[in-house]
Amino acid sequence: MTKKRSIWPFLLVAPATLIIMCVVFVPVINAIMMSFQNYDLRRPKDIAFIGLNNYFNAFMDKQFINAVFRTILWVIFGVGFQFFFGFVLALILNSHFRGRGLVRAVSMVPWVTPGVLIGLMWRWIYDGNAGVLNDVLMRLHIINDKIAFLSQKPTAFPSVIVTIVWQGIPFFALMLLAALQGVSTDMYEAAEIDGASRLQRLFYITIPSIKNTIFVTGLLRIIWVANSVDVIFNMTEGGPAYSTQTLSVYIYNKANALNLGYASAMAICLALLLLVVVVPYLRMNFKEEK
Amino acid sequence: MKREPKALTALKFTVLFLMLLFLLFPFYWTFLTSIKPYDELYGKVVTYWTANPNFEAYGKLFTSTVDFFSAMKNSFIVALCTTVVTLTVATMAAYAFSRYIFPGRRVLMSIFLCNNMFPTVLLLIPLYSIMRNLHLLYTPTSLVLAYTTFTIPFSVWLLIGFINDLPMSLEEAAMVDGCNRGQAFMKIVFPLLRPSIIATGVYIFMQSWNEYTFAMMFTNTATRTIPVALKSLIGQLGVQWDLLTAGGILTIIPVCIMFFFAQKRLVEGLTAGAVKG
Repeated sequence: MTKKRSIWPFLLVAPATLIIMCVVFVPVINAIMMSFQNYDLRRPKDIAFIGLNNYFNAFMDKQFINAVFRTILWVIFGVGFQFFFGFVLALILNSHFRGRGLVRAVSMVPWVTPGVLIGLMWRWIYDGNAGVLNDVLMRLHIINDKIAFLSQKPTAFPSVIVTIVWQGIPFFALMLLAALQGVSTDMYEAAEIDGASRLQRLFYITIPSIKNTIFVTGLLRIIWVANSVDVIFNMTEGGPAYSTQTLSVYIYNKANALNLGYASAMAICLALLLLVVVVPYLRMNFKEEK
Repeated sequence: MKREPKALTALKFTVLFLMLLFLLFPFYWTFLTSIKPYDELYGKVVTYWTANPNFEAYGKLFTSTVDFFSAMKNSFIVALCTTVVTLTVATMAAYAFSRYIFPGRRVLMSIFLCNNMFPTVLLLIPLYSIMRNLHLLYTPTSLVLAYTTFTIPFSVWLLIGFINDLPMSLEEAAMVDGCNRGQAFMKIVFPLLRPSIIATGVYIFMQSWNEYTFAMMFTNTATRTIPVALKSLIGQLGVQWDLLTAGGILTIIPVCIMFFFAQKRLVEGLTAGAVKG
């Protein structure tokens, strides 16, 4: 690396920094300001500072509290199953068989599919009248009557979780596969000579070797899933009776209703919640820098 | 290594088959829906194959009020502009972070890293009111600016990894031979970096092409992008599933093709940070 004093690095980082300042930092400050006002664009004349009232209101708001708990479940089950199935897929794809390249390529397609389309595709699959899932389950005699998966409370939330799992499996598989390919085969051979079983090899060699990738991918995915709006919004818009409304979706609904002050206050709460995940991520990245 | 026991191989392929079925069936179903004749689509019996495929829905997308062509054009313009702007500034910044030590480097780097974490909705709200005040709302510019909030940080992060992988000695050799740093970059670094820049570009393009949350609030009928146009097919009176699925197929084809060519390099970049540590 060059240590000589030079103006070049400053010129090189200037454009990116400038853009980020304008589109991220100014807006975040703006959001903080708005969160202290009753900033409602439907009543633009009444906008005034109201202190922490938006925050107090949020903590009194049952929908907000429910949305926070729902977001936690959404992340635990969503990312948990994504990881489990992604890992299984990666382990399988890491062995040699004919057509592996093709299988690997096509199994990644859900990752490049727009969230909107994912939501709508699955809405059609779950459809209560002409939906294919109902038809399959009836042909297999698992159910006798059609289920309106997305419009009744007990099935709606599990259904959207299945969809987010479907979306996230490929990303986990892709990242974990790349890490698996970096694990040296010497260790496996040594372990095999020592008589380690397959399961032992998995837990004592494979998983420790790729734990960094598991960690980073998991954190990234948690952040993305917690922030995801498009899938739920296009399947249920948070319904029925708010049973699929995660915090991101609730905030988005409030922002769509132009109640920007209240939405900002809740968005800041979401950002603070995500710090739990962000701080370890940053720490890890800086450990590497040294 | 010893060969796998037969039972394990059988289990492996059964699991693989089931997972592929789960991952790919929705696409088959979407495609089938888009070519089914209308009476089969909402008929009493759900069919898993159609004897009379027709591509009317694809035609209707372009001739009816949906105006899918203009949505594609809007999406393409926004995605291309976002990609060009992001790649230009992100490559410059990543090069500086990778090759120079300068005051404020760590702070700036952590700022770029942090940006990946901001909730979309946190930026969406103030950006909406800012765009409104600047009279940029409902223009493609507002979307390009909004997309740079997540594309720039992520691309800087990816590109730092790619550039770090290129040995510094390459440029030093060129500079000994009389190139200045700019020439060394253009003649030596850039050609080696090109596949990585293309992979990053594909990622940016994909993200912008697919984005819905901002697009929904920042566009109107004239400037709407594909995801918004798809959503518009869900009306008060029901959903036009044939048009919607046809539009969906047309949306994913271009990004899939791009992704297949770029995936290897992209994964190398994404895992670079994670694998090293």
